[in-house]
Amino acid sequence: MLSRRIIPCLDVRDGRVVKGVRFRDHVDMGDIVELALRYRDEGADELVFYDIGASPGGRSVDHSWVERVARLIDIPFCVAGGIRDVATARRVLHAGADKVSVNSPALERPALVSELADAFGVQCVVVGIDSIREADGQWRVRTNTGDPSKTRAPGMRTLDWIVEVQRLGAGEIVLNCMDSDGVRRGYDIEQLRQARALCAVPLVASGGAGEPEHFAAAFEQADVDGALAASVFHSGAIPIPALKRFLRQREIEVRDA
Amino acid sequence: MSRAAAARVVVVDAGGANLGSVCYALERLGVRPDVVDAPAGLDGADRVILPGVGAAPEAMRRLQAQGLVEPLRALRAPLLGICLGMQLLYERSEEGDVECLGLLPGVVRRLTPALGVRIPHMGWNGLRAMRPSPLLDGVAEGASAYFVHSYAAPVTAATVATSEHGGLFTAMVQDGRRCGAQFHPERSAATGARILRNFLEMDC
Repeated sequence: MLSRRIIPCLDVRDGRVVKGVRFRDHVDMGDIVELALRYRDEGADELVFYDIGASPGGRSVDHSWVERVARLIDIPFCVAGGIRDVATARRVLHAGADKVSVNSPALERPALVSELADAFGVQCVVVGIDSIREADGQWRVRTNTGDPSKTRAPGMRTLDWIVEVQRLGAGEIVLNCMDSDGVRRGYDIEQLRQARALCAVPLVASGGAGEPEHFAAAFEQADVDGALAASVFHSGAIPIPALKRFLRQREIEVRDA
Repeated sequence: MSRAAAARVVVVDAGGANLGSVCYALERLGVRPDVVDAPAGLDGADRVILPGVGAAPEAMRRLQAQGLVEPLRALRAPLLGICLGMQLLYERSEEGDVECLGLLPGVVRRLTPALGVRIPHMGWNGLRAMRPSPLLDGVAEGASAYFVHSYAAPVTAATVATSEHGGLFTAMVQDGRRCGAQFHPERSAATGARILRNFLEMDC
């Protein structure tokens, strides 16, 4: 039976893992390979590296660290941030990443999703979606959320975008629910359930994890395939082995590491 | 130097994006593979690995263009197909309805979506042994491997291990020197490393 995936997300800048409010007050957390191996040893099922030197600045990103990670890590990993064309995606994938994730560039130019799927197959193409509930009760997408001064609201309904990116060739969707992001009060189950109903490809929950119970709720109530989190793993608040024991007790299928 | 490290291991460049990852996994086992994209590169190989990510028609077109189809069919050295590379070992693939290498009987078909069964099949899934094989040496029953695919090979007499996603499919295959893994051993942690090592060290 397919296991539910536990996915730590690491922010990367210039080949180092950093934490803090994106784009300001960065605290160096250490070498990317060391941290990746630590999570691998703890039983992470997959890693996402979010290159924060990317989209809002519009600059191309130095992905030389991808090969360093790929040489040593033996679990799958995805690279997000700064990928806005097939050539960049090819460099990242050939350096050893298993998947690339696109967010703002896909909203700016949806054909990017099809171009990536045609070039590499849908299994390599993850679409990240940053979503927020607006005053009318609808969830709508946001772009360039890494830098609050550059964040834009293109007006697209999140649920419409979920349908559209699958048509274009997304092989997986990571839904980051911004209302719950960083608050640690749990994933946005209602939004994830509605997304799940429209999502035939794997769906990964993001934003809001604070307790092991939150992961269980996302799997049990929203039937997501994976759950992504950053701060609770980086701080050590939730050790992955303990989280997996907790989920197994709830009869949620997880991988033994 | 271990026996595995002494062998000449060839990785066929069929255009798949996971070529580098497969080479790195071999390097972690102490093997420096030769990456080849022409028939001459297969000469003298002790082990040949055919990785693949992408679609079957493009991969077969590329192997044809490189003149590798007949040399792979005639290969004497043990051959391991990984993911799409394993699917190419069968007679045909429903993906683009393309003729494949025909080294194993059977037709690769699309996985069937159902309630709770998402396509692509992406993530860690358990391996269930169907019969003994040196590929499974030291691999615990129910060990997990990392899969990413939308098409799969049927369960046949050559199936070594199955996995389940909607229905049973072949996760590992061996027919003499012809081997395959539908999952990515290069991304399947210790289980994957062990299976790669078993392939490098198996008697045949």
